Amino acid sequence: MAGTEKVAMICTKGTLDWAYPPFILGSTAVALGKEVSMFFTFYGLNLLLKDTSKLRVSPSGNPSMPMKMPFGPDWLRKIDWAPKLPNLFMNNMPGFEWAASKMMLQSTKNHGVASIEELREICQEFEVKFLACQMTVELFGYEHSDFIDGVEFVGASTFFDEAGDASNTMTLYL
Amino acid sequence: MADFDQELDASGLNCPLPILRTKKTINTMDAGQVLRVVATDPGSVKDIEAFCNQTGNELMSSGEEGGKFVFMIKKS
Repeated sequence: MAGTEKVAMICTKGTLDWAYPPFILGSTAVALGKEVSMFFTFYGLNLLLKDTSKLRVSPSGNPSMPMKMPFGPDWLRKIDWAPKLPNLFMNNMPGFEWAASKMMLQSTKNHGVASIEELREICQEFEVKFLACQMTVELFGYEHSDFIDGVEFVGASTFFDEAGDASNTMTLYL
Repeated sequence: MADFDQELDASGLNCPLPILRTKKTINTMDAGQVLRVVATDPGSVKDIEAFCNQTGNELMSSGEEGGKFVFMIKKS
């Protein structure tokens, strides 16, 4: 073969909602036979932590996020609460972020959507390469032991080396 | 009903799980064997086709049975 197609991703976001795109695309690309490497930097490092229970989704500053009840009767679940709640309220109400995160987790379960851990495990099983930016690991005060096994701690030039030749690599910035 | 060697029930699973489970199952099969996949995700109709396009496995049939989507895939 003239070389397997590659996908190289840069993952910079560390919220529960933004944890999905990289792991969905990474696991799918590898299932389609591509060679995948994912470079996690800045807040994206959160996605490689052993403990993912701290991943949150925040409705504050995110006006396009619908806030719907994941349970209850149909009429109740159809209501989008986001436009009804002032942003100021959502920003300042203690526990709001926690509740929004719980609602999102419940909704993903209801819709048969995989958990982050599950997608991450499948990625590793299919041999997606997880690269963590060593500089931001230090900047944020993490230890290597905070991260799941199988992560390589590298720098920017390794990312470019992994991404390789633009003619057969698709690079995604997430 | 057509013959198949393995069956995968991906009912209730959403994108990209039907594809990931299909890939996992196909990995355990021999070339020429047929996998029957049952799914409820409407996106899987196009996605299974794309999966076969990309991986070179043959999509023998794709249809609906009792409100579910049924695919027959022959491993290349």
